[in-house]
Amino acid sequence: MTANLTLVIIAGVLIAAGVYLTLERLLTRILVGVVLISNGVNVLFLVASGNAGGPAFIGSTPPGDMSDPLPQAMVLTAIVITLGVTAFLLALAYRSFQLNGHDEVVDDVEDALIRDLAEADRVSESFDASDHPDDSTPDEEGLDFDRPEREPRPDDDLHDRTPESAEEADS
Amino acid sequence: MENLLTLPVLLPLFGAALTLAFDKLPRVQRWVSGAVQVAVVAVAVTLVFLVDSRGTQVLWVGNWPQPLGITLVADHLSALMLLVSTVVTATVFFYSMGQDLDTRQRETPVSVFHPTFLVLSAGVSDAFLAGDLFNLFVGFEILLFASYVLITIGATRDRVRSGTTYVVVGVLSSSLFLTAIAAVYAATGTVNLAQLSVRLSELSPGVSLMLQLLLLTVFAVKAAVFPLSAWLPDSYPTAPAPVTAVFAGLLTKVGVYSIIRTQTLLFPNNPLSALLMWAALLTMVIGILGAVAQSEIKRMLSFTLVSHIGYMIFGVSLGTQAGLAGAIFYTAHHITIQTTLFLVVGLIERRGGTTSLNRLGGLAAVSPLLGILFFIPAMNLAGIPPLSGFIGKIGLFGAGVQVGTPLAWLLVAGSVVTSLLTLYAMAKVWNRAFWRDVPEQLSDQPSGLTVSRRHGARRGTQPTDGRGAAHPEVPAAAEPTPGGTGASPTRPSAATGTRPDPSELWEEANDSADGGVLEPSRVPRPMAATAGVLVVLGIGLTVIAGPLYGYCERAAAELSSPGNYVGAVLGDGALLDGPVGWNGTHGDAGDGAGGADSTDNQGGAG
Repeated sequence: MTANLTLVIIAGVLIAAGVYLTLERLLTRILVGVVLISNGVNVLFLVASGNAGGPAFIGSTPPGDMSDPLPQAMVLTAIVITLGVTAFLLALAYRSFQLNGHDEVVDDVEDALIRDLAEADRVSESFDASDHPDDSTPDEEGLDFDRPEREPRPDDDLHDRTPESAEEADS
Repeated sequence: MENLLTLPVLLPLFGAALTLAFDKLPRVQRWVSGAVQVAVVAVAVTLVFLVDSRGTQVLWVGNWPQPLGITLVADHLSALMLLVSTVVTATVFFYSMGQDLDTRQRETPVSVFHPTFLVLSAGVSDAFLAGDLFNLFVGFEILLFASYVLITIGATRDRVRSGTTYVVVGVLSSSLFLTAIAAVYAATGTVNLAQLSVRLSELSPGVSLMLQLLLLTVFAVKAAVFPLSAWLPDSYPTAPAPVTAVFAGLLTKVGVYSIIRTQTLLFPNNPLSALLMWAALLTMVIGILGAVAQSEIKRMLSFTLVSHIGYMIFGVSLGTQAGLAGAIFYTAHHITIQTTLFLVVGLIERRGGTTSLNRLGGLAAVSPLLGILFFIPAMNLAGIPPLSGFIGKIGLFGAGVQVGTPLAWLLVAGSVVTSLLTLYAMAKVWNRAFWRDVPEQLSDQPSGLTVSRRHGARRGTQPTDGRGAAHPEVPAAAEPTPGGTGASPTRPSAATGTRPDPSELWEEANDSADGGVLEPSRVPRPMAATAGVLVVLGIGLTVIAGPLYGYCERAAAELSSPGNYVGAVLGDGALLDGPVGWNGTHGDAGDGAGGADSTDNQGGAG
């Protein structure tokens, strides 16, 4: 079998562009990235199917000259799945826009919280109950340490739930 | 008899169609779903006995000429996984039915829930029974798609946030899986697992290694093995309790199953022990350290889930029969126990109004039954003798000691430490939620009420607040900021422009972690009863541990010589002694390394 170099390069470019886009934070861009990656993988299947041949119908081509139909069947399945995923991700992006006014994929908040605790070198309230007989109100898990108030900066809203902001807050 | 193999896949799919057709009649939906679940469990029991008495069951779907077409295969491993997963799915289903019947808080929109849940179980069964790589992929896709819908069910803010990560990770890993399949097909010209077992061993070591690593990476993402596990604790906790429970029990285990299959059947000569051992060690230790840091039960359990995947990988990585037996037993045990724990946490959430350890207290006095339901599986997870977790761990330790390399000893030590830390995490839950007194200012009123009063104003999505479940139609940027604090958790927003202050981070975290603060209420009987059934099943695993471990050893023995599988699928004439000792006719398997011309598929038949 000889691999078709053009197809390999096309697949590579598609997948590279897709990976670049999935590293973005906006779901719509991630979606475009996912679509590009899927198409790249589909092209890979064409590489996998070997040399192109005639249509794989009995009687139309001698069996030796047929192109391999199996990868095509697989690609067909993959395309259908990609269609479904794309629709679902679009719906998610729209729902996210409905709820938040943007479709940014935000960080896990609980995670940021625990990171804050670690940076402030505090233990969480659930570490030892007897240390806190009086303040079992949710005391913001060690987040009640002093933080200087500061003027909002214009770019805050873009990053407010990203790790950078958690780090900024402590500096 | 072989036609039984189709039923675990077909019945749920037909059931899904029926429930979809009757989406206006919840009662019919429940009956259909329930009947399907019970029937599938019956089929799975039959299959286990068939396989154990008569050997591997193979069905060539549609009776195409033999190496063509789709194969369904049930050997010891598949049948056991199928049985455990269907039993667990059925129990979770009855639990969710109890939840539906309880009208005070309906978390699951019935009309979508039932069909999706059935599709999920069809996908899991298909993955366990798949006899070729592409069918395995399709099984994965079926279950993933259902899980996408289930994890974002209701489409609240938290679920959309965590679901997005989950879906993107799922989609990307599927793309990688497809890439792997394309590469495997290009190299060998087949996707049938039995044929692959023969042909992959003929490839040059480099190509074969690349294919192995590709497949392992894909399955490691699904199974949440350490460097690829970060998606799991973020996305699982926000879903409703039954959904999280079934995800935790089954989805990662499908990945583990695939890893076992890949390692034993496709690449038996290259166990990659060191790599897998390190992955197992890091999964265990880092996972459990994450669990210890959490103060929210669902998140903690998600981290223990990741951590205990490490035990199964440990068993596989040893590359010995004893290790495999331990891994298989541990998988069966862990599916049951982890699901039970998540269901019980659903009950805790119901009773206490929250799952945050900072707000819970005194549950043991309020509801001793709940205490028992939690305590037994928690101790089982930690591996306290004589429960099944202990037996599985002892099996793995024994296998590790048998191998005896320094790395294996390190793994044994790591898994002991993990076990202790699991005990610590579980004891922390127990002490905080059950044992201690009710926190003082929460004691005069149920904790959830306190919380919802504090936070209620900000919730756009909680049924407890005035706005009901209606979501804001306008983008939040145009919305007045509630609470007057400047930035609400809903803010994105160019308009408000302030950064969140820490307390809001906290509140937001609670929103996301709790999946919403609920009105504390008595636990509905059906839910407690089904959780109780699973607890009893978990104890049952201990009682039947002897025969079950024997079965697992037979499964491991069968896996250790891939010739069994190949012979059963391709017919005894094909190869009796399997690829390990296979030095036979090259022309027979066709141009294995050369690949994929159109007639190649028939190659292995001769």
